[in-house]
Amino acid sequence: MIDSIRGCSLLTLNDMSCAAITEVLDTAESFVEVNRRAIKKVPALKGRVVASLFFEESTRTRLSFEAAAKRLSADVLSLAVASSSMKKGESLRDTIATIEALGIDAVVMRHKSSGAAAQVEGFVPNVRVINAGDGQHQHPTQGLLDAFTVRQVLAERLGVIGSETGSSLFEGLNVLIVGDIRHSRVARSDVAAYVALGASVRVAAPGTLLPVDIDAWPVSVVEDFDEAIEWADVVGLLRLQHERGTGSFVPSLGEFTFTHGLTWERARRLKSGALIMHPGPMNRGVEVDSRVADLDAAIINRQVENGVPIRMAVLYLCIVGAAKGEVQ
Amino acid sequence: MGDSVSEDRERPTPERVLTFAARSQLLSADDVMRALRRMGHEIVERNHDPESISVVGLQTGGVGFANRIAQILFEITGSQISLGVLDVSFYRDDLSSNPAPPSALTRIDHDLTDRTVIVVDDVLFTGRTVRAALNALSDWGRPAAVELAVMVDRGHREFPIRPDFVGKNLPTARDEAIVANLDGVWIGSKEAR
Repeated sequence: MIDSIRGCSLLTLNDMSCAAITEVLDTAESFVEVNRRAIKKVPALKGRVVASLFFEESTRTRLSFEAAAKRLSADVLSLAVASSSMKKGESLRDTIATIEALGIDAVVMRHKSSGAAAQVEGFVPNVRVINAGDGQHQHPTQGLLDAFTVRQVLAERLGVIGSETGSSLFEGLNVLIVGDIRHSRVARSDVAAYVALGASVRVAAPGTLLPVDIDAWPVSVVEDFDEAIEWADVVGLLRLQHERGTGSFVPSLGEFTFTHGLTWERARRLKSGALIMHPGPMNRGVEVDSRVADLDAAIINRQVENGVPIRMAVLYLCIVGAAKGEVQ
Repeated sequence: MGDSVSEDRERPTPERVLTFAARSQLLSADDVMRALRRMGHEIVERNHDPESISVVGLQTGGVGFANRIAQILFEITGSQISLGVLDVSFYRDDLSSNPAPPSALTRIDHDLTDRTVIVVDDVLFTGRTVRAALNALSDWGRPAAVELAVMVDRGHREFPIRPDFVGKNLPTARDEAIVANLDGVWIGSKEAR
């Protein structure tokens, strides 16, 4: 169990304790305030260098990581992979060695292969590696920001600030994750975060879209989405990932929507106050009805908004903690 | 609480928990209250327009004092005083060598441009916290003036910073520790547990 990400790389949320996750969420709460200021910048990471390496396309994650690093006053180097020497056949290892030689403090990395971030961490022991999504494995900051958003919304309803509640709002909270669990790194990180915080998590998916090792997950599998919908306090939808070949795992998109899409009819059967989440980008009309995505219960824009403070918290804890660890 | 110091006061830092072992109490709760009242009068004496005063307490030790000072200023002048709290952790110059304290919240909901900002803290020591606070405040506008009020000035400055309003001047040794809150002021030592 990891009790704090201070001074560490962030590769996965598996093995994170409730305390480690709560620390990130509480730190992010301070950064929410920074993002509301007229001058949205603090000098916490002045003089530090963060490199962003996105070997796979991304809008939200990349932009919010770079905005986060800049709001902490770090310098950001971003490698446009498509126009880098990797096109000439340079290996990942050599690319990383180059980056290390430039004296950077942290690498934010997305890659299509599971485990790529962990491999890079092995190459560069002195650089903090922050996984921004590796294949079908993990997307830790997404899991953290989903948990943060849920806590923030529930705390607001009670009229308190999330950091005053610790993890108490997750006790007895029912989270239902629906859709392409098999290919989803978001699902893996979400499950780890929610379970560590004390929520009970169920997953619903067509049999073909469940991972083969689902028995080892700390979740229960729901055969029938319709049955579970009234149980859920939070419904986490997932994107059907065409680029990972999901299309061949379901007979047709229409059938997927029929059995596991959050349609208007299903949304009406949700508990009052239930939250609808989606990590984006959405396939409107496939995993979620377009009208449902625009309901007040759908806190999808809040998730995007919270991307910056959560990533500020992760960068801050991983990088600032680093020097501290060396002093000790 | 009150005047008793039977229990050790804890000031946890993220790295190691240091316990404050009190040696003697220097000010009682009444003494602290009297000092705050005097400081309140000094603040009003120096600043004629209470409408332009913003009191900003530094997290976490200065917040209680700031609330009380704002209340005293209200009693003296009859005008509502703008109050804010500021956490300077992200502005510290010793982030890398000093443990980053657990993040407390900042809440300053008004523009500080052209206002007289009274920064309030519990103990003035090296001056590094105040330096960080000055940097932080500039992100909320350009105050007309910044004044510093502290309950205890214990010396050992590392920056050219001096307080405008002081509850108690207290010459100390560097390795001593001071705890100041609305219940009183104690001197003692910090012991790693």
